[in-house]
Amino acid sequence: MDLVQMQKSLQDYTKSLFLEGILDSQFLQLQQLQDESNPDFVSQVVTLFFQDSDRILNDLSLSLGQQVVDFKKVDPHVHQLKGSSSSIGAQRVKNACVVFRNFCEQQNVEACHRCLQQVKQEYYLVRNRLETLFKLEQQIVASGGMIPAVELGF
Amino acid sequence: MTREELPNLAESKLTALVVDDNFVNQSIHQKLLARLGITNEVVCNGKEAVDAHCSGRNYDLILMDMDMPIMNGIQATKRLREMGIESKIAGVTTRANEGEKKEFMEAGLNDFQEKPLTISKLLSILHKFDFYVQT
Repeated sequence: MDLVQMQKSLQDYTKSLFLEGILDSQFLQLQQLQDESNPDFVSQVVTLFFQDSDRILNDLSLSLGQQVVDFKKVDPHVHQLKGSSSSIGAQRVKNACVVFRNFCEQQNVEACHRCLQQVKQEYYLVRNRLETLFKLEQQIVASGGMIPAVELGF
Repeated sequence: MTREELPNLAESKLTALVVDDNFVNQSIHQKLLARLGITNEVVCNGKEAVDAHCSGRNYDLILMDMDMPIMNGIQATKRLREMGIESKIAGVTTRANEGEKKEFMEAGLNDFQEKPLTISKLLSILHKFDFYVQT
């Protein structure tokens, strides 16, 4: 694939992430902050998000797996994940966390288990898609090209 | 606003403190401030923010998260005001219902912005505090 085709693929792929609601405009904010002094800012922050989320999801699995669920422990974790997913523009993860928090408030254990599965699903999806996005960017840079700006046009 | 149009406030020599327990938010808030030329530091909770001031450090602007362990943003803001700290404090939180916002404002905030923080929200904070004049 030549450079122009790679750049077009990247643009189309990025657009699809917005069209599917996986990312929202906050991701564009992160891209705006990236510059020559910190050319890997987006991937660094996203990597932090992945590390943070892995830890939180593990803690949530443990907390919800207890015989008596302590929602005072569960809710702050979900709040944290909602916050960080919102900050990087992982819209579907954030939305899943909003639903999760509602069931935490109701102390509905069964529903919270379902919510945790949903959050995990959305998280693994955005993680997978962003890892692919960064690989595409790396290929372009390795070929001597520039990362094109995303034009969403909607 | 494009990247090229972002104001550079380095000449103003403003200083800021980011108070947030979430590493993702810390990273983003610090970068937002740095892009505008604002020197900044970060602490992980309200107690560390209070301790920083007790050790003699002072800042023009404090970006204060609400939910933090050990000492939350409401407690920290009250404590800082009791200490006589007159820095501009902007509450930055995902909690946005009116009751929670009111409680946070009454603790002594100068402004409140809902997360996630963006360039335009930060500029709005700076403009409100007269740190930035739009041209």
